[in-house]
Amino acid sequence: MSDTDAQRRQFLKTSLGAAAVAIAPGMLLFETARGNTEAASSKVRWGMLIDTAQCTQGCNDCVTACNKENGLSGGTAPTDSQWIRKIDLKDISSGHELSLPMMCQHCAEPPCVDVCPTAASFKRADGIVLVDRHRCIGCRYCMMACPYKARSFVHEPLTDQKPDVPRGKGTVESCTLCVQRIDKGQQPACAEACKNKAILFGNLNDENSEIAKKVRSVVSVQVRADLQLNTGIRYQGL
Amino acid sequence: MADLTALRFKNRLFYVLLAAGGLVALAGLYAVHMMESHGHIITGMNNQIVWGMPHVFAIFLIVAASGVLNVASIGSVFGKSIYKARAPLASLLSIAMLAGGLTVLMLDLGRPDRVIVAATNYNPTSVFAWNVLLYSGMFTLVALYLWTMMERRMNPWSKPAGLAVFAWRFILTTGTGLIFAFLTARQAYGSAILPPMFIVLSFAWGLAVFHVVQKVIYTWNEKTLDPAILQRTRNLLGVFVIGALYMVATYHLTNLYFAHRTGFEHFILVDGGIYPNLFWWGYVVFGNLVPLLLIYFPGLGKSTCVLVASLLVILGAFVLLYVFIIGGQAYPLDIFPGYQVSSTFGDGQIAIYHPSIYEFLLGFGGLAIAFIITTVSVRVLNFMPNDKPYIPD
Ligand code: SF4
Ligand code: SF4
Repeated sequence: MSDTDAQRRQFLKTSLGAAAVAIAPGMLLFETARGNTEAASSKVRWGMLIDTAQCTQGCNDCVTACNKENGLSGGTAPTDSQWIRKIDLKDISSGHELSLPMMCQHCAEPPCVDVCPTAASFKRADGIVLVDRHRCIGCRYCMMACPYKARSFVHEPLTDQKPDVPRGKGTVESCTLCVQRIDKGQQPACAEACKNKAILFGNLNDENSEIAKKVRSVVSVQVRADLQLNTGIRYQGL
Repeated sequence: MADLTALRFKNRLFYVLLAAGGLVALAGLYAVHMMESHGHIITGMNNQIVWGMPHVFAIFLIVAASGVLNVASIGSVFGKSIYKARAPLASLLSIAMLAGGLTVLMLDLGRPDRVIVAATNYNPTSVFAWNVLLYSGMFTLVALYLWTMMERRMNPWSKPAGLAVFAWRFILTTGTGLIFAFLTARQAYGSAILPPMFIVLSFAWGLAVFHVVQKVIYTWNEKTLDPAILQRTRNLLGVFVIGALYMVATYHLTNLYFAHRTGFEHFILVDGGIYPNLFWWGYVVFGNLVPLLLIYFPGLGKSTCVLVASLLVILGAFVLLYVFIIGGQAYPLDIFPGYQVSSTFGDGQIAIYHPSIYEFLLGFGGLAIAFIITTVSVRVLNFMPNDKPYIPD
């Protein structure tokens, strides 16, 4: 074998290797972005019941936990991503004050999914609404359409990402209901972090689940119920 | 000899114009490159104002691209000869503006490199996805229509092609209006009146652009437009401007009728800072009333007046779109009706937006693309309206 041939071979090997290295994490990300779709079943409808009476004003534990779990910076500039935020409310007529966390409501009829031109926004069989970060072209139409301002656009290049939470500059993102945890049988980070147990997570379709029982026994509402989006997140005491 | 010098000067001027257009387009490209490498952080857009200045440019170009075809339709569909003579130029302008507008829209995406995804992964429920079809269909149809007009052997097909274009552009502008009309949760949008409003706006904006280009072409060729023709197209512009103003008024009045939208109307029309000022001064006064004066006031309405009126209508269009698109997002979304709200994510607050230079560069880049396509085509092919001695029809 001539010297040049050997060099060529070596070059080919290295570039193939490099290509594989470059593509592999992408494929991995794709899997996680799509979530464990096979396992997601339509018998399950994941949801949350948030008890505003238990949610303390000024407490930010759920937000901090979400940021940590999903690798968000925690910045609150208008260009920073916020998957969950605390909203302080004051009833205009009675003056009654309350505080509650707000995130993607995982609508059963999600406007964000309806308007997405590339079907990057999608709903899993178990009701979790996600963005496929490999398909999102960053048109931001879903952000215009979401009635809850649940979505953020990644305005800058990102560093130090969590391996199982794919994010990327120029795409839209929002609360994933911690799909990476749910698929492992765990609770979403925000629900777990709440000391006051204000966030009850579970399967709304399972009659015997704690959440289903509680939804049956207490008065809970969907935010902007008039839009008839059938949200997976319900609020008690609103 | 003198003639030759004049010709040489004109040739040189043509290249200077082309170079200027190219330079602006390049500046647009530079902005895209910057936005690509730094992300949208260098624009004024944020998580509250997600569509900014580029959308103002893009939507103007796309809406005007549809409206300018009105000139062609009146010729082809309704058989009016002075409009028929102008149909090729109108079609050219339509293609040029559509190209400019779509370029801006595509390059403002977070991931413009993935634009192919939009063609291969199609979500049939998305109005945006419909628009991809509508825009590409419009390109094809108008190009075909142009061919039937420019190629003598294809002339018999020009009427059916004109009809198809006529129908398509109505659907297209309906689609543009629907992009907003389907956003039911936002107080500014979600109104069935938006598609027809955009159609009537398109008539006025398209004709205004047409007037400007026509004036330039006539001046370039040292010709004067038959005053009778000017008067007819000028009157038509007046009618369209009045129609557009009527639609915009109706949109605001219907919003005022719904209790949950009066807060927004108050913001946009009365106390929203820059937005009411832009609306009343920029759009109503300079974009409509002054042009109407220039068109209809006795003694005015000459060729230069019509030119100025048209330029003002175009300016008014930009102002209206700014108020509509940016102002519509700046007003806080009413997530908890009946409550006073606050959060770190701008809930309950009026969103702040300062467009950055990159957004303007991108927008002007789109205008430059339309300009280059028009200038080169007009030079290479014959788009000069070819009027027979004027007979009223
Ligand atoms: S809350 Fe917004 S982002 Fe979440 S599913 Fe509903 S529309 Fe989509
Ligand atoms: S469910 Fe997970 S992603 Fe969603 S708000 Fe809670 S912590 Fe954040």
